[in-house]
Amino acid sequence: MSISLTARNVSHHFGNVVALDDVSIDVPAGRATALVGESGSGKTTLLRCFNRLVQPERGQVMVGDNDVRTQSPVFLRRGIGYVQQHGGLLPHWRVLRNVELVPTLQHMPDSADAARRALELVGLPAAQFGSRFPHELSGGQRQRVALARSIAARPGVILLDEPFGALDAISRAELQESFDNLRHDLSVTTLLVTHDLAEAGRLSEEVVVMRKGKIEQRGSMRDLVRAPATDYVALLIERARAGLEALRA
Amino acid sequence: MRLKIATIVGLAAATTVLGAQQQSRPIVVASKPFGESYLLAEMFSQLLESRGFRVDRKPGLGATEIAFGALRTNAIDVYPEYTGTGLVAILHDTLSDSVAADPRAVFAHVARRFAELYHVRWLPSLGFQNTYAIAVTRSTASRYHLRTLSDLARESPHLTAGFTADFIGRSDGLVGLARVYGLKPRAVRPLAPAVKYQALASGAVDVIDGYSTDGLLARYDLVTLIDDKHFFPPYEAAALVSGRLDSQVPGAIAALELLSGRLDEATMRQLNRRVEVDGEDVARVAGRELTALGLTGVAREAQAAPSAQQSNFLKYLWDRRATIAALTVQHLELVALALLAAVIVAVPLGLGLERTRRIAEPTIGALGVLQTIPSIALLAFMIPLLGVGVAPALVALWLYALYPIARGTYTGVRDADPDAVAAAEALGTTPTQRLLWVRLPLAAPVIMAGIRTAAVITVGAATLAAFIGAGGLGEPIVAGLALADTRMILSGALPAAALALAVDGVLAIVERLVAPAHRRKQFWRRRTRGSNSTAARVA
Ligand SMILES: Nc1ncnc2c1ncn2[C@@H]1O[C@H](COP(=O)(O)OP(=O)(O)O)[C@@H](O)[C@H]1O
Ligand SMILES: [Mg+2]
Repeated sequence: MSISLTARNVSHHFGNVVALDDVSIDVPAGRATALVGESGSGKTTLLRCFNRLVQPERGQVMVGDNDVRTQSPVFLRRGIGYVQQHGGLLPHWRVLRNVELVPTLQHMPDSADAARRALELVGLPAAQFGSRFPHELSGGQRQRVALARSIAARPGVILLDEPFGALDAISRAELQESFDNLRHDLSVTTLLVTHDLAEAGRLSEEVVVMRKGKIEQRGSMRDLVRAPATDYVALLIERARAGLEALRA
Repeated sequence: MRLKIATIVGLAAATTVLGAQQQSRPIVVASKPFGESYLLAEMFSQLLESRGFRVDRKPGLGATEIAFGALRTNAIDVYPEYTGTGLVAILHDTLSDSVAADPRAVFAHVARRFAELYHVRWLPSLGFQNTYAIAVTRSTASRYHLRTLSDLARESPHLTAGFTADFIGRSDGLVGLARVYGLKPRAVRPLAPAVKYQALASGAVDVIDGYSTDGLLARYDLVTLIDDKHFFPPYEAAALVSGRLDSQVPGAIAALELLSGRLDEATMRQLNRRVEVDGEDVARVAGRELTALGLTGVAREAQAAPSAQQSNFLKYLWDRRATIAALTVQHLELVALALLAAVIVAVPLGLGLERTRRIAEPTIGALGVLQTIPSIALLAFMIPLLGVGVAPALVALWLYALYPIARGTYTGVRDADPDAVAAAEALGTTPTQRLLWVRLPLAAPVIMAGIRTAAVITVGAATLAAFIGAGGLGEPIVAGLALADTRMILSGALPAAALALAVDGVLAIVERLVAPAHRRKQFWRRRTRGSNSTAARVA
């Protein structure tokens, strides 16, 4: 029972900073879209419109068939997974309790089981890791726990804000792979923020390139590479390619 | 016969009723925090008791503002005061030179103005003056030919003065002396009253300020210089009586008036000397003098306190253990109540401010400003509202404790792991859930640290409660300072210091117990790791 995400002509500004300028995207049910762009381009702001952490001044935001404004923020958020860059685990709660948070909020009768299954899915058996505190895990393990927490109540949608951004290359690759498997297994609709074009291409069906609150181009990675719509997109692709070539040489 | 019995029963009943009426409230006899004031108040008390009145003693009230503020509002009934103080410190009146030079005229003026303005009555003078006395050693006096303050002014460029800080700053102290006499000492050292006389005797300073009835003037055989320009107003001592006592208990007024005109300056100096220099018990000195004056029967011998200089300090503490224990309990009660009330108010306040951050800093800032109000001023301010005793002390302590607790709560909750708080919000927790599950547990040690700071401050500040008659360990400190009795001071100061350490220690443990779970574990781990590495090194 996955759900689509839609934003139509959304605009928002903070003070005199235009964070979103007439932005529209849609993520079909079960698919993944990546928001790419330099820092400050409005990716996080757009992402947070979907769980009402930002209330855009103009435009419409839909989760499934419902305008988010018709739903209470608290209940809306409980139905949407969320992972942020630095995990945001509660440091004084053990791993299992952290993962149990959303099932508990939803009064699921078997919340502990749900948490255990989620930990299993991200490759951290509860028997071994469930009773640790977050500070007793590696950075990669902490992000896995954050991921487990976001899917423990089996949401139809998951929002990820640079979830692997702070990890070393190896943990990052491992986690990317785990995540890709996971989202296909659960067929959960995914909106992923990343500043890494390669990661965007690997993990999503559609890439949205943002710059200064506007969308430069949206399409599959192949479309972008074949026909960059703007110089900026071309530049991004050129840089990603140069990075790869440097490795090959 | 039957009639007779009936009469007796009737009389007995009548006296009981009368007695009960009289007893409805004891007469509150107070003093200011210096030796002579203690002694006079004790004489008032014993005199009243000998005439059948019940007395509640509140010695050592803060200073003039507090004692007079309390009298004016009928929170106390009588305390010894001086006409000069009434004129300068309370009325702020200036009199023509001819009036100011005449003690009788000053008395009449002050008595009339007090009755008009405050409905407070000066009973006739006790018979002596206790004016400012500028004193030098006999050898200094003869070397520089000093007899009057004009002589002193002439020689002052050669002399070093040791004055109390209070005297240096007052317009009726050094400032005025400089203006009227042109006094300009080579140097002015601020000295505590307790060390002034030693400083003079040892030659560290050449001239000091004192009071004409100081016992120490007699002991060190000092020369007091004549105020030839009548700069200092006369300071005639008298019982100052509340409007309530004056209008409702005429018998008490009559009893107190028995002492009017009965004490001269030489007698007073001797009595002060016995109390302040020889360390004789105030109650005993007062009782004996009343008997000697024929005002009471057999002197009411209080527990003969061991003379100050002899028996050792530990024995002194041991002899007073019951008193010290009782004062400690009283002190702890004050601290605990004030702190509890502060926690009940300041913790929710800090939490509320975290939700309305725009007004947070101004609000906490305002609480911080309270912190800067001198405690004596705060206590004096509260007398009209709450009288003297425990209530104003509690309110003052409570006010002082609010700031550290509110500040700790607010910053603790505000700064609690922002990532964790943000994630909890994004996943659908309510603000209350975030508060209870995330912010509070993470902030607990910071909040507790605030409470701990407040507790230690309160233990210290509670010693000042003695200035307003609230008891506690400040009582022997204030009395000891007034009577120049170091052991008495220490018998309050040492337990207070121990109490502060104990409270701090206990709350340090509590702080550790309320640390969030992961911190607690870290703590134990560190300890275990520590011992492991020791073991490894040994092995
Ligand atoms: N809460 C906020 N208050 C003020 N300005 C903000 C806030 N959030 C974002 N901004 C501004 O909006 C712009 C877009 O920010 P953001 O969506 O976080 O960008 P990105 O995630 O692409 O780095 C930036 O200029 C940023 O400084
Ligand atoms: Mg961002």
